[in-house]
Amino acid sequence: MNSDWCYRLRENKGTLLAFAAFVAMFAIYASNHPAGLTVNVATTAANKGVLLAIVAMAQTLVVLTSGIDLSVGMVMVLANCLASTIVVGSATTTALGVVVVLVVGCVCGAVNALIVIVGRLQPIVTTIATGSVYYGVALALRPVPGGDVNASLASALTGQLFGIVPASLVLLLGLVALVWLPFRRSTIGRAAYAVGSSEVAAYMSGVPVRRAKFVAYVLAGLLASIAGLFVTLITYSGEASAGNGGTYTLYSIAAVVLGGVSLFGGSGSAIGAIFGALMFRTIGDLLFVFNVEPLWQPLFQGIVLAAAVCLGSLRLLRVRNRLELYG
Amino acid sequence: MADAQPRVDRSARAFDATAVRAWRRIDPAIASAFGCIVLVLLVGSLYSSSFLSLDYLLQQLKVASFLGVIATGMMIVILLGQIDLSVPWVVAVGGMMSTAATGWGPVGSVFAIPVGIACGIALGLANGVGVAFLRIPSMVVTLAINAVAQGLMVVHTGGFSPQDASSPAMRSLATGATLFGIPNAVLVWAVIGMGAVFLLTRTTFGRTVYAIGNRERAAYLSGARTRLVVMSAFGISGGLSAFGGVLLAGYASKAAQAMGDPYLLPAIAAVVLGGTSILGGRGKYLGTVAGVILITLLQSMLSVMQMPEFGRHVTYGVVIVAMLLVYGRDRSDRI
Repeated sequence: MNSDWCYRLRENKGTLLAFAAFVAMFAIYASNHPAGLTVNVATTAANKGVLLAIVAMAQTLVVLTSGIDLSVGMVMVLANCLASTIVVGSATTTALGVVVVLVVGCVCGAVNALIVIVGRLQPIVTTIATGSVYYGVALALRPVPGGDVNASLASALTGQLFGIVPASLVLLLGLVALVWLPFRRSTIGRAAYAVGSSEVAAYMSGVPVRRAKFVAYVLAGLLASIAGLFVTLITYSGEASAGNGGTYTLYSIAAVVLGGVSLFGGSGSAIGAIFGALMFRTIGDLLFVFNVEPLWQPLFQGIVLAAAVCLGSLRLLRVRNRLELYG
Repeated sequence: MADAQPRVDRSARAFDATAVRAWRRIDPAIASAFGCIVLVLLVGSLYSSSFLSLDYLLQQLKVASFLGVIATGMMIVILLGQIDLSVPWVVAVGGMMSTAATGWGPVGSVFAIPVGIACGIALGLANGVGVAFLRIPSMVVTLAINAVAQGLMVVHTGGFSPQDASSPAMRSLATGATLFGIPNAVLVWAVIGMGAVFLLTRTTFGRTVYAIGNRERAAYLSGARTRLVVMSAFGISGGLSAFGGVLLAGYASKAAQAMGDPYLLPAIAAVVLGGTSILGGRGKYLGTVAGVILITLLQSMLSVMQMPEFGRHVTYGVVIVAMLLVYGRDRSDRI
């Protein structure tokens, strides 16, 4: 019983650390905010954080299979542009529009998956190239920023529930419950972890390697499109911005690492990545609360990121034989 | 007579063997890349006859040389089995620090180029320390250093408002032409390229780079100073990225914040299209040259054909995937 607990603790160390760091940071942020922790402060913080958290979840699914998806940001931008065109009008057309956006996200993920699995190209190169394609499509849909979105849907999902709980947090919880937990508990999810640990061993043990990878990429596309939809709901418009796409891709990798997910695959969880994302967002807000000159903010954010990344190398102190370093 | 017959036979067979060996030595990836270059030129010439003119080709080579310098550093890092995502802001650091040095007066003007490159090497070495000594995945370290470099440049430009115009030396290096009308930038790329070929094929450093890319553990066990080599490789990559930024600043005669952004993905794509394995340990510099020229020509042809911007992005992505599907596939995902 005791050793079981120790094992679980060790397995989820990254997630727990990310959670603790986020709670500590957010407590400092909330207690120092000039307006205190009002509902509006919490909602704004939640909306920004949840957006990155969803993209980070998408990235986690692919990273777990020891791949990487550099097109998540571009899928998000594509979904944003598409949603600003079709998620409008009556309840029926809006619902239909949402479904189409999500299907397009899945298709983007499936294209990535097919090229990686059947085409046998490396994920990093594949997703760079497909990201360029998705961005091109987004640009075709929306050459200049603009568009609109169903206002009642937008205010429902970016506002508060019962006047207290930020609705975006409920959305995030829903995604964890409906996408992540079923994935984690299914055979496919376990196969994804196995593939990330050792593809050869997974294949030899009869694990459905290809199916696991396929599902991981498709779900990543789905989550990225949900993030794109959420961008539309926040901004009420669509913009094909390459800068936005690139930034979110890079931030998603940072969030995944801060959340204790191994970039080599096979360990970590999307919950950790979510807290990594929320933590990353809180860093920026902390600098704002402490009146750091806006000029110095990017530098501090960079240094905090670098320092957090370096913390991971504390494990080197426990290495007895240098050969252990070269896996 | 009985003696002569077999001798002739044997030499003929020997000749055959050399021909076969020479044929086999042609890397299919590099050959396909050069084939695609010819194809792009042919398709382009259907649209405009000036596509095959010497002026146009030299102009394209000049534009390609900026990407070529940056891709050289990227290639060395990729050969190690790592990646350098800090290119965007290291390029910007190179450009902005060199123009800032130009503003220090005549002495600064002389040292503009070395200052820019030195800043890039420093950032590259920081990457290298993270990867080689702290054992952090390169994708993460270089991302963090990219963020730090961005922060440094925001503070630098916002707080000190340095000069952003480039020095005469930088301008002539990037836009001038001295030898038989060959643009200086192309000569610079040629020198750096020859240096890279020498480094990769004729020195211990180069052998170690390939060895580490194949299996770092084995390289370490055979006594190679792996950590030093990895760190220096990242230093070289940082220096070359910054040098690319210096050239770009000279070309545009000023440095700007986001000047490096359009160079990260093309640099990776050029290296990979040239047949270098993204997993490391395999690849030739000639391939990178082909990849750089191919990407530059492709971008140029798409704009000559007056394709709208979205079409350019789509074509660009599709062409990269299509070419890699032809010759860049992993042997098998089974074991």
